[in-house]
Amino acid sequence: MNKSSGLSDWVLFFGFAAVVLTMPLWLAPFGAAYPDLMQKFAIFGVFAIGFNILFGLTGYLSFGHAAFLGAGSYAAIWSYKALTMNVVPAILFAVIVAGIFAFLIGYVSLRRSGIYFSILTLAFAQMSYNLAYSVLTPITNGETGLQLTLADPRVLDAMVGIEATSSLPLPNFFGIITTGIPGFYFCATVLIIAFFISLRIARSPFGMMLKAIKSNQTRMAYTGFNTRPYLLWAFVISGMYAGLAGGLMAVTDPLAGAERMQWTASGEVVLMTILGGAGTLVGPVIGAAVIKYFENIFSAFNKAELQQIFSALPDGLENIVVSVASMFVGKGWHLTLGLLFMIVVIFLPGGIMEGVRRIGRLMGIGKKPETQPVSVANSQQGQANG
Amino acid sequence: MSNKKTPLSTWTRRDVLKASAASTAIAGAPMFFSRHAYGADFLNNPGDGKTVTLGFNVPQSGAYADEGADELRAFELAVEHLNGGGDGGMLNTMQPGNLKGNGILGKKVEYVTGDTQTKSDAARASAKRMIEKDGVVMVSGGSSSGVAIAVQGLCQEAGIIFMAGLTHSNDTTGKDKKANGFRHFFNGYMSGAALGPVLEKAYGKDRRAYHLTADYTWGWTQEQSIQASTENIGWTTEQKVLTPVGAGDFSQYITPILNSDADTLILNHYGKDMINSLTQAVQFGLRDKSVNGKDFQIIVPLYSRLMAQGAAENVKGIYGSTNWHWSLQDEGSKAFVKSFGAKFGNPPSQAAHTCYVQTLLYADAAERAGTFEPCQIAKALEGHKFDGMGNGPTEYRAEDHQCFKDVLVVKGKENPSSQFDLLEIVEVTPRAQVEYAPDHEMFAGGDLGSCNNGA
Repeated sequence: MNKSSGLSDWVLFFGFAAVVLTMPLWLAPFGAAYPDLMQKFAIFGVFAIGFNILFGLTGYLSFGHAAFLGAGSYAAIWSYKALTMNVVPAILFAVIVAGIFAFLIGYVSLRRSGIYFSILTLAFAQMSYNLAYSVLTPITNGETGLQLTLADPRVLDAMVGIEATSSLPLPNFFGIITTGIPGFYFCATVLIIAFFISLRIARSPFGMMLKAIKSNQTRMAYTGFNTRPYLLWAFVISGMYAGLAGGLMAVTDPLAGAERMQWTASGEVVLMTILGGAGTLVGPVIGAAVIKYFENIFSAFNKAELQQIFSALPDGLENIVVSVASMFVGKGWHLTLGLLFMIVVIFLPGGIMEGVRRIGRLMGIGKKPETQPVSVANSQQGQANG
Repeated sequence: MSNKKTPLSTWTRRDVLKASAASTAIAGAPMFFSRHAYGADFLNNPGDGKTVTLGFNVPQSGAYADEGADELRAFELAVEHLNGGGDGGMLNTMQPGNLKGNGILGKKVEYVTGDTQTKSDAARASAKRMIEKDGVVMVSGGSSSGVAIAVQGLCQEAGIIFMAGLTHSNDTTGKDKKANGFRHFFNGYMSGAALGPVLEKAYGKDRRAYHLTADYTWGWTQEQSIQASTENIGWTTEQKVLTPVGAGDFSQYITPILNSDADTLILNHYGKDMINSLTQAVQFGLRDKSVNGKDFQIIVPLYSRLMAQGAAENVKGIYGSTNWHWSLQDEGSKAFVKSFGAKFGNPPSQAAHTCYVQTLLYADAAERAGTFEPCQIAKALEGHKFDGMGNGPTEYRAEDHQCFKDVLVVKGKENPSSQFDLLEIVEVTPRAQVEYAPDHEMFAGGDLGSCNNGA
């Protein structure tokens, strides 16, 4: 079954798994080795990988993927509230609900392509956001966010005699609490499995069909293929990935808010994918990590910390440097991210992965293992990034 | 992992799954066991370290960003005073006061900040960073009750004390109260109870109210509280309309009021939302209107000087309530206004005041408890009575961790003497009038639970 992929895919897969699982070690020097941020890396990695199945392979740019993320989160929280605090049903429920949701939205949106498709998905996502925000408050609890309460029924837990007494129960994986570091390993394992599936999809005849749709859909139609079912499946799978990510968010933190469905969240995953390299396998994960790193670390710098960093400079100069630098950190982190994004799009249209590949080419054979197969597999991405 | 000598390409999927599960378990195992291996009896114990870190989580973007910026200034000032810098501010007026300006329990106070973006997700991510990475012993901040409740829940789960900043929803110390969470600020019920008699005196017993309400926990509970207290004085409620937070443009909500039978508009909005909706309501000519032979009136139940500054001319003559105002003449308020003004060049807002006071109260409780252990601090705060912090005699009620004190009813000044002198105090409503039973129907349905040390 692995004839088409060969050895390099396994190297890629195990390299990826090793890098993900050792995050707590190599992220420490960057100040990012704390559970919440590493969980976010893994969760948004899943989200971006799923988005890439649609955008990277077929070239269909969805601007509404956050709707599935939010639907997944709500579904998972409801599973906690109604059934059990075990995360397995919650995740299954999240994926299924997101899948159904994606099928409905995809069925309508995929009747159009290009910018019309993007606008349709954006409209559906914004509609879902507004529904979650104000119309469906009994289900979503609106702006306040859906939270657990002591009085929730938790039918399955009650059946086996687990009862919450004085404090709220925590989500668990058959007894292992899934917050903090164990939560990270749970998300990391899911990320690795998700990555494996996306690798298999990219290498399968189905993946080939999706790439063919991206390169020339009209020609596909002329040769007698009906592309719509393929697109719809790609959309549903991608939506299920988003639902999985939403479910994981609920696994590590049992709360769901409507802002997860907002258009900014949909835009964020587009940025992640393009920043990392659309169409590449690893790129979206890197893009997700970069954006989450900026959001959490750069936004936390304040003037006092900057003054400490630049304290070696002479006083007058220090003040100037600090006041310039403070525009780019703290609440100005969006500015830094925007600049980085522009630089990447202008000079590296293939995203960070293209940069890695260029460096690899400069250094000849001395490439990193995980970059090698990607460059083989994706000779023609970059077209769709414009 | 697997010691089979087969080439990789003949691996079955099952092999791969087994291998990845095994490697996960191997890589993860040390972390499972080391999670509780900090050797401390509570989370983020500063131990023998020379410093202790506090986390200040405020909105630096979004509809409440102005309040957030002022809260951050107050935190900065509080830390300076705790470490013995500046003129000491309320450290000198606090009664009983155990703070000597040598940090907390002899440890120098450091702080980290974060942006809540007025979103629950971002706020929790930011608070988690503080707890997991920066090792804070306390998180404070707020400016949106939705966010405050979300972060309070997080602190309860993690085992950290949460000193709520600006949060006015009844739910914070009602339905969603938590053993590790404490609120100094007043709430919607207190606003209603204080405003009722004043409104009766000013506008009579026969009015028809139209509510525009921010669509989240704070808006809902404040609307409920104000409705109850205005109906109590004989008013009727014409209609209640929910508006999204951060809407920016409220004209679509204001036009229907012009065509309704209402003669009073109650704006359950805060921050930039209140500035926008009030400005638009005035621009649409609501205040020049007369309905049923009565002049149309606008009421803003939760007022702040920052908002008044933003809405400028439009606040003149408009009633509301506030937790604290810089023009108060007690010793505590004077000391605080003086040191805040000296450092930042403008008087503090009520948001700044409550955040400053909360930080000092936390420090004082730690001194009295002799430890940073959350449960001991909670015990020290429960039922604590204090004075000299700007609100007169105040008590942290043990049953729901809500502070009880006098409430100010204010009115937009007709002839302001400076750009900060925008509100005049109409009445100081005594504590007895705004107090309620812990199981009052507007606060029922929650449970403090037991306090959590996080270890």
